[in-house]
Amino acid sequence: MVFSFKPIILWTDALIAVLLLAGLVYGWTVLRHEHLRAPWKKVIRNTSGLVSMIVLTVFLVIGLLDTLHFRPAMEIQKNGERAYAVEVLSLLDLIVAPLRRHTEKTYSAPLSTHLFSKETIELADGRQVRTYPRLVYGGAHLKNPNQDRKSDIAKRGAFGLILALVFWCLAGSVLIGILARRRKIGLASCLKGVLRRQEEIPWNAALWTLLGLLLLAVPTIVLSLKYHIFGTDKVGQDVLYLALKSIRTGLVIGTLTTLVMLPFAVLLGIMAGYFQGWIDDIIQYVYTTLNSIPAVLLIAAAVLMTQVYMDSHPELFETASARADLRLLFLCLILGVTSWTGLCRLMRGESLKLREMEYIQAAQAFGVSDFRIIVRHILPNVMHIVLIAIVMDFSGLVLAEAVLSYVGVGVDPSMISFGTMINSARLEMAREPMVWWSLAAAFGFMFLLVLFANLFSDAVRDAFDPRVQTRAVRLQIFKKRLKPLEQETQP
Amino acid sequence: MLNYIIRRVLYALPILIGVNIITFSLFFVVNTPDDMARIHLGVKRVTPEAVVKWKQERGYDKPLLLNSSAPGTAKVTDTIFFDKSIKLFAFQFGLADDGRDIAYEIKTRMGPSLAIALPVFLLGLACYISFALMMAFFRATYLDFWGVVLCVAMMSISSLFYIIGGQYLLSKLWNLVPISGYGTGIMAAKFLILPVLVGVVSGIGSGARWYRTIFLEEIGKDYVRTARAKGLSEWRVMFKHVLQNAMIPILTGAVVVIPVLFMGSLITESFFGIPGLGSYTIDAINSQDFSVVRAMVFLGSVLYIVGLILTDISYTLVDPRIRLE
Repeated sequence: MVFSFKPIILWTDALIAVLLLAGLVYGWTVLRHEHLRAPWKKVIRNTSGLVSMIVLTVFLVIGLLDTLHFRPAMEIQKNGERAYAVEVLSLLDLIVAPLRRHTEKTYSAPLSTHLFSKETIELADGRQVRTYPRLVYGGAHLKNPNQDRKSDIAKRGAFGLILALVFWCLAGSVLIGILARRRKIGLASCLKGVLRRQEEIPWNAALWTLLGLLLLAVPTIVLSLKYHIFGTDKVGQDVLYLALKSIRTGLVIGTLTTLVMLPFAVLLGIMAGYFQGWIDDIIQYVYTTLNSIPAVLLIAAAVLMTQVYMDSHPELFETASARADLRLLFLCLILGVTSWTGLCRLMRGESLKLREMEYIQAAQAFGVSDFRIIVRHILPNVMHIVLIAIVMDFSGLVLAEAVLSYVGVGVDPSMISFGTMINSARLEMAREPMVWWSLAAAFGFMFLLVLFANLFSDAVRDAFDPRVQTRAVRLQIFKKRLKPLEQETQP
Repeated sequence: MLNYIIRRVLYALPILIGVNIITFSLFFVVNTPDDMARIHLGVKRVTPEAVVKWKQERGYDKPLLLNSSAPGTAKVTDTIFFDKSIKLFAFQFGLADDGRDIAYEIKTRMGPSLAIALPVFLLGLACYISFALMMAFFRATYLDFWGVVLCVAMMSISSLFYIIGGQYLLSKLWNLVPISGYGTGIMAAKFLILPVLVGVVSGIGSGARWYRTIFLEEIGKDYVRTARAKGLSEWRVMFKHVLQNAMIPILTGAVVVIPVLFMGSLITESFFGIPGLGSYTIDAINSQDFSVVRAMVFLGSVLYIVGLILTDISYTLVDPRIRLE
């Protein structure tokens, strides 16, 4: 049977595609200009920059796979038309199909073979027993779960670890091979150079990161084929699946919000600083007003209003996920409205400074139009601030999503996100013994995403912001080579 | 100085009007009162009579901006805009959906909110500044490096985790303090320990790192080099010169939040069951009580503007060069 489907482009999917395209165009421009390439080289040469870039790429790939949506076809109906399922799936759903399909009845602990709560089961001879029923999928291959479970998990885990090491060795040797070929040196000396950190790019850190990722990922994949590695939630869904799906929501909130606010913040900020006078007054008034409303309340009010609007216009949405998606987009919009003021103020200050520079005055004297001055002379010179703002905002927005979803003004309850995961797990806090795995998985994944986003934003800021001194401080520590005092004071 | 303050207050008026217009258009133009009534009464099987009754009870049956049927000035005053938005300026918040007076609720709930927010703010400020000073004092050493690493790790953890983790550890596992609730008078103290602790700890990462960059920026300035050249000890340089000069950036961030402390923290209060303004707001959001949300938005912006004015005044206290004219 040919797998047939109907592609679905949700609003956020389209915007992510736009963002990706913009990123590719930016990357292409950077590659062609040496002066733009220099700071990015700095980011890659920074150990934490490279490490966080690798980890974030993994998150990004998962998020992008989860962005390609479609509706799978059902059997052909009598009138010859093909009907499509109501649920919208993504490529990620296809890849992790076992995780998605293996739903149990209700809670089960990580790697367990039995449900978390007792149920009355009828035995073959008609007697009724109250016990923990076996899971339908988790550890279903075991004949004698109580005895074999631990050894089976250990066996599979060890297999996963060995597999991870094999993959790592393969990837490492490919990398060393390429490097050695490029440097035209022997493999052994190249390996030595990498391990002793004589290369400009910290390849050794990249290799260790890869090892860490593989050691985490491969055993997880191996075990999750037969078990629920993070347990199941209230309706029996695999928690690992939920966590993987949450990544896209987090990424969408973190990136689209900035994409939405960016044009306003940059354009208005530059206009305020460049034109001054009444334009400046109006723009300052607008952002002071928006800024003076407490952000959470503005978001709450706006989300409530969109909710009312959506409830009273249910005919606008074809599927439940289209509805949830539009709400996510609105959340991004509203978050963007509340968070653009900071960047706008920075832009204004910077262009106030720039417009007094000689080269702008020269352009004005030559009769270059204001629009051209802004686009050609001011915009490229504030781009580093914009970039820093984008990466700095990301982690805060991911964290904010969880809090907002808890307050009840976040994403749609039907949308899988870290916030909704935490929110539903929170209700089980009082249970004895505690259902902790849902919370742990959500917090763990969120921590990793936010931590590496923070490290990445630090590396980007160090590379792009000429004022930052922390980098110099850090390098001193790593190289343990404190220069003599005279040398330091010399220009 | 008085002139300056008066001018600032007058300048705040257009901002408050702007806030009002934004909330008004959010609450009444994007969705008509009819929509809201239908949501409140349940979307299906709602009779037009019920909608009219709901609107009448809450005073939403008037025209939005101009009441052409009313005589004289009532043309303007007998409208939703005047009734629900302009009256906010006189701090007349009206009634909540459950019939209680919002102004009274705000007055009684301010205390508990402040009882948490103020200790969190003061203790937090003291903690963050001392950690930051320590890191700046030992800059470019392993202590500083690992301090920053710890800060980055701590600021990467969701604030919800601190709350849940704190409740689990201190209340459930060690049985030291009650998990949530609130008491009156001195009894409140035992309920306050955990939320205050959680509030301070959850901010350490970003707080300490933020102040560290401020101190490092100050340390790079010329007067510090001069002070060292005079032969002052590093200790004296840090506490006498750097700390005093860093007061301006510290105040910029700190003073503005003081008035907003009255609003309390939405998350903390609802997690710990404290009857403050934060949990009031969250309840209003969950029950879609728009008049309360509107009142809180207005109150929040008033307090924020008060904070901005206070910030300017505080500058004159720490920096004699600044005069407010």
